[in-house]
Amino acid sequence: MGWVAHNLGLIAELTLAHIALSILPILLGGVLSIPVGWLAFRFPTVRGSVLGLVGVLYTIPSLALFVLLPPLFGFPILSELNVIVALVIYAVAIMVRSVSDGFSSIDAGSLRAATAVGYGPWQRFFQVELPLAGPVLLAGLRVVSVSTVSLVTVGVLVGVKSLGYFFTDGFQRRIEAEILTGIVMTLVVALLFDLLLLALGRALMPWSLLAKKRLVTSEAE
Amino acid sequence: MELFRDAWLWLTNPANYTSEGSVAERFLEHLTYTGIVVAVASLIALPLGLFIGHTGRGRRWAVGVAGAARALPTFGLLLYLVLLLGVEWRAVAAVIALVLLAIPPLLAGAYTGVDQIDRRTLDAARAQGMTGWQVVWRVEIPLALPLIVGGLRSAVLQVVATVTLIAYVGLGGLGYHIIQGIPLRRFDQMVGSALAIVLLALALDALFALLTRVVTPSGVKKAGGADIRAREGSRRGLTRAS
Repeated sequence: MGWVAHNLGLIAELTLAHIALSILPILLGGVLSIPVGWLAFRFPTVRGSVLGLVGVLYTIPSLALFVLLPPLFGFPILSELNVIVALVIYAVAIMVRSVSDGFSSIDAGSLRAATAVGYGPWQRFFQVELPLAGPVLLAGLRVVSVSTVSLVTVGVLVGVKSLGYFFTDGFQRRIEAEILTGIVMTLVVALLFDLLLLALGRALMPWSLLAKKRLVTSEAE
Repeated sequence: MELFRDAWLWLTNPANYTSEGSVAERFLEHLTYTGIVVAVASLIALPLGLFIGHTGRGRRWAVGVAGAARALPTFGLLLYLVLLLGVEWRAVAAVIALVLLAIPPLLAGAYTGVDQIDRRTLDAARAQGMTGWQVVWRVEIPLALPLIVGGLRSAVLQVVATVTLIAYVGLGGLGYHIIQGIPLRRFDQMVGSALAIVLLALALDALFALLTRVVTPSGVKKAGGADIRAREGSRRGLTRAS
């Protein structure tokens, strides 16, 4: 524990850097995947190729993606932009499927009812479809969040400082406590993000909690 | 685009296949580690997953463990285990770290595979006089097989991706020329290796997609369930660690 006590400042600094690197991919992944996932849901002809493409993107190992993106987009390999773009790609790859599934999970009757009472297409999308797909979107976003927080650590191999720095630095200096600190703090950040997303879900979709309770009581009867 | 041409030239240069530590050797190392890890993880996770699915016991525990394991950064775990076991045991350390990564999707595939079987099918099997073991071998495993293979597919893809990192502790694999190339700015070998890794991952993914189709019992295929189930299987417990 001596190492931890002597490096509290660095631990705080890298934890914050880690959080900063994780937020953008999670948010951007969530926002970008909604139109793409909706298109995949709405047009079955597009669905196959879109879901196939995100499946392919998802199979690319991160270290390979860190190497392949710079020549394609023209940014330096040793840059935060490189890591962030790669993580956005993974986030979209995970989320598009969840978005498409989320919209498919909506009862067609609710949509017809919304149209019947006079909702226009945009209004129906934002006030009926999006909220009803919400729980599935949230589940997808939680997966994105956990995966992103863990992946940020690999960025240290292309020189981007995060909690992953404790892995390589601790390894080179043979300080077990340093690597362990990196692992534990990564888990803490992942847990923090997850709790935050859960709280957000509860605040934005209080009805999903009610539905769950009703299900539980009706099962008990 | 010139870089991709250089990378292709590097990848197809015969000199890179005859020397010590050639691309072919790295490729073999990569496949060997992937194979060993997935085999060890399957031996642990598949019986456990089938047990959980068959008895219904320990499901909550399995879900919790799989969730927590998702968040674990495998690269950190790998380096930690190498320090802990000593550098001469680094191959064992790598296998342990990667096995921990491969267990959750395999476990999830096995227990959800058994879980999703219609209760009436199992009741019918018992009513015909099948013993517990017969139900497991003749009913549960065949019907769970598409999801088990789906779990195997996610496990293989995650392990193939993460084996890239073992070059950092001197174990080779296709990540070698990337990790060694970054400080040297050897973009041809980095991009070439990256392309090789991507092609390997895509080939394995296609292979397992095919295998999922093959192992789906024909009765299930006729019922039209195979497609959905295979898709579900490859998605469950799927997050990337590297």
